[in-house]
Amino acid sequence: MERIPILKMGPFLLVTIQVDLYDRLALTLENDLISMVSKTGARGVLIDISAVSIVDSFMGRILGNIASMSRIMDAETVVVGMQPAVAITLVELGLTLQGVYTALNVEKGMELLNTKIGLDLAAEEEKDEQEEEAE
Amino acid sequence: MIVMSKDTMQIVREQDVVPFRNRVREFSTKIGMSLVNQTKLITAASELVRNMLKYAGGGKVLLEIISKNTQTGVRLTFTDEGPGIADVQQAMRDGFSTGKSLGLGLPGTKRLVNEFDIKSIVGEGTTVTIIHWKNGR
Repeated sequence: MERIPILKMGPFLLVTIQVDLYDRLALTLENDLISMVSKTGARGVLIDISAVSIVDSFMGRILGNIASMSRIMDAETVVVGMQPAVAITLVELGLTLQGVYTALNVEKGMELLNTKIGLDLAAEEEKDEQEEEAE
Repeated sequence: MIVMSKDTMQIVREQDVVPFRNRVREFSTKIGMSLVNQTKLITAASELVRNMLKYAGGGKVLLEIISKNTQTGVRLTFTDEGPGIADVQQAMRDGFSTGKSLGLGLPGTKRLVNEFDIKSIVGEGTTVTIIHWKNGR
């Protein structure tokens, strides 16, 4: 069965979608990604859709699902590289990808994930320090 | 209105969606439609074909390149023999959905194309026709 490869890079998972997704492939990706987050304890998921020319409501829903599921599993999702024509179409269609972080390209997406997780770690340290002080 | 070129495609399974989208892309490229307009048309077509699969178990699509006055455009006619829509006006309202979707389907699709027409008879089926002109107006 055809599958979209998922790469692990440090605390992140990277996915580059380079084919037109039909439904079953998209659902397989959703499943694979969530299992990978669970298996690897990844803190971030980066999805590159720069080669995707059509995002319809089904595909939009899959992206939203991946983001919500990952969040529950303690990982943030960033979708990067959306083509301008796709963005225009999505908004007119009424799909705003709520709850999904986006970035212009892979580089900015990685920066965004690093900040999100960096902030998390800083907050945890602060909490630890406060607890120590309280003791 | 003159029909310059046409083709029919049967849509019976989910795997037919991607080849169908490619065919719509071929048609819109042929008349020199801009990328944004192509994307809008193909996305609208994708939504309608999904509806057809979901609610009627498939159907057929007529693809045509049409010319009216000085305008050139792509016309797509989606015909199914499904259960039909009891209240078309309600189905055209934002946020309405009987299925497990976001309810963006029909009204969202209508916003993406220049002309949108829907006819439905309960128990007989639904026909949706959309036209997108080359310049997107």
